Amino acid sequence: MSASLSKPSFGDIAVKSTVLLIAALLCFAPFLFQDVRALEVAARICVFIVLVASYDLLIGYTGIVSFAHTMFFGFGAYGAAILLRQMGPGWDAVILGGLAGVLVSLVVATAIGLLSLRVKAIFFAMITLAAASVALVLASQLSHFTGGEDGITYRTPDLFKPAFKLMVDEDGKVLRLFGVKMNGKLAAYYFVFVTCLLLFFVMLRLVGSPLGTVLKAIRENEARAEAIGYRVVAYRTFVFCLSAAIASLAGTVYAVWLKYTGPDTALSFAIMIDILLMVVIGGMGTMWGAVIGAVLMVIAQYYLRDLMGVAAEATAKLPLLPELLNPDRWLFWLGIIFILLVYFFPKGIVGTITQKGARG
Amino acid sequence: MENLSQFFGRFGGVYLLPVGLALGAFVLIGAPSSWATLTIAGLSMGMMVFLMASGLSLIFGLMDVLNFGHSAFISFGAFVAATVLSALSGWVGADSVFLNSMALVFALLAAISFGLAAGWFFESVIIRPVYHDHLRQILITMGALIVSEQIILALWGGTPITVLRPHFLEGAIILGNVSVEIYRLFAFGLGLVAFIGLYLVLNRSRIGLLVRAGVENREMVEALGFRIDRLFIGVFMVGSALAAVGGAMWAGYETLITPALGGEMMIVVFIVVIIGGLGSIEGTLLGAIMVGLTANYVGFLAPKLALASNMILMTIILLWRPNGLRPAVK
Repeated sequence: MSASLSKPSFGDIAVKSTVLLIAALLCFAPFLFQDVRALEVAARICVFIVLVASYDLLIGYTGIVSFAHTMFFGFGAYGAAILLRQMGPGWDAVILGGLAGVLVSLVVATAIGLLSLRVKAIFFAMITLAAASVALVLASQLSHFTGGEDGITYRTPDLFKPAFKLMVDEDGKVLRLFGVKMNGKLAAYYFVFVTCLLLFFVMLRLVGSPLGTVLKAIRENEARAEAIGYRVVAYRTFVFCLSAAIASLAGTVYAVWLKYTGPDTALSFAIMIDILLMVVIGGMGTMWGAVIGAVLMVIAQYYLRDLMGVAAEATAKLPLLPELLNPDRWLFWLGIIFILLVYFFPKGIVGTITQKGARG
Repeated sequence: MENLSQFFGRFGGVYLLPVGLALGAFVLIGAPSSWATLTIAGLSMGMMVFLMASGLSLIFGLMDVLNFGHSAFISFGAFVAATVLSALSGWVGADSVFLNSMALVFALLAAISFGLAAGWFFESVIIRPVYHDHLRQILITMGALIVSEQIILALWGGTPITVLRPHFLEGAIILGNVSVEIYRLFAFGLGLVAFIGLYLVLNRSRIGLLVRAGVENREMVEALGFRIDRLFIGVFMVGSALAAVGGAMWAGYETLITPALGGEMMIVVFIVVIIGGLGSIEGTLLGAIMVGLTANYVGFLAPKLALASNMILMTIILLWRPNGLRPAVK
């Protein structure tokens, strides 16, 4: 807080310009990186920035640990997926699905919040973990609605079809701008980008508002916040609901982008671990941290595994090491990095850099 | 209302809950023989879950440390025991009860010693630096859980492993028209022995007195000159070893184990600890029996509801008693 009031520190400037650079890269991603995989990475980054930032509202700003964030993400994704499947491709299905996801998320979040936020804070982590696992099991059991383990594939509104022509040249073919086809894929990417940007701005505005200050007060000293007259339980429940709603919207967006929703892409515990890692790597309690954490992790996810495969082949003759260097074991290394980060840099990359600049 | 609760209090208070549950289920199920089978299955499942959960509850009660990595001990216990049993497959399959039980003893001993060692490592390397910081504790133990799961995957692979059961624990006893699996009786007995042992140590010995005093008021015990941190390592190691034994027993019960076992059991363990109230083994036993019975009854009466039954049970109990049935921590 003090950093932004006084003269901006060097670290502060560094972080913000990095975030601006990332935003610019994401904005022009289809033109800069012209292959399918890179666009996939860029869209995933956009969605995860929102998801991680909404999680940061909980863990970083309010100091409550929830393991049910993927559950809300999944509600949004499955809401859109089920309706797109039932009602056919159309905007009404997307909007209704998104709203249904948000509604379910709000109800569940309120129930969990009122039930467990008033007792020991530590219960909250356990209860959300239990709730999330029940949701995961339900999704694979109610295969009628959710497609079970296989998930659901569906078609999205016509605007997002790769064959859709956004602009045409004189011959009636898809126009190419800077070598990029102006087709539905591009429209889908910008749908993801703009929605995520909007959601991110909403959160940014929120943490800068008086509400954000109250949340920080609760995190720093719950008893004092209560004594000043803020109703801690009400604020906590509100933030929990809010972050659930945003996560659910992010889920809807991701479902529209992927054209597929299944336990692995929307509900699995692996996503929860990803979110946790992103928050901790980027830095808790700062929206910029969410951006940097999400970018680093998603890129690592896509490209680090290739590197590990090479390393595993190089060490094939040693005992156990190739097993641990197997690309499937990449969580092992991330887990170790995670533990070390929590020990030595609990503020994450952004927190540490900002602090350095302020001191110097 | 006041009189009623006093009346129930005289006969055991919340400890009557499992009895009430069993009676209610008896009415709903109707057939006495299937009711008896289900009750025995529920009790033995409860006892195995108790083994896994007791350590977590005590660790939290004594040191205010919540170990999300607790399930790693459960999985490791299961896999270590399964490995020892398959290495001793000659003894396991032999017709002599002595060789059978030797194999079993070795498997359990391996699980226990692994649990003790892993508990010591966990406590001194991973958790010690983050005492009194719940947020970082949750994160660090979660990270440790991720790493341990990956180690299990690297060592044993992702494919399910068959667990050999010692020959003399196979089969069932027929009592009237109720068939009782021997393995379930054995699991129940082992859990009961562990509970009585823990109960006696906690309530009859000097160390137990210190542990209970530490749960009650840690600073005061330290002010009286006792090294509660050393005591805590002991409790942590014993708790981890119990979890490993619970995992080993569960492996024999399921006979087919995957690395996901720890994560699945962890949810049940959490629910048990929350229902029972943190910090007391009586509460944990109560919670474990309740969960075991509910899971089996609901699984029989309404299979569709079985998955959510534990959550529903937890919700009801938390609405009634927000700190669990028998909390030792205030």
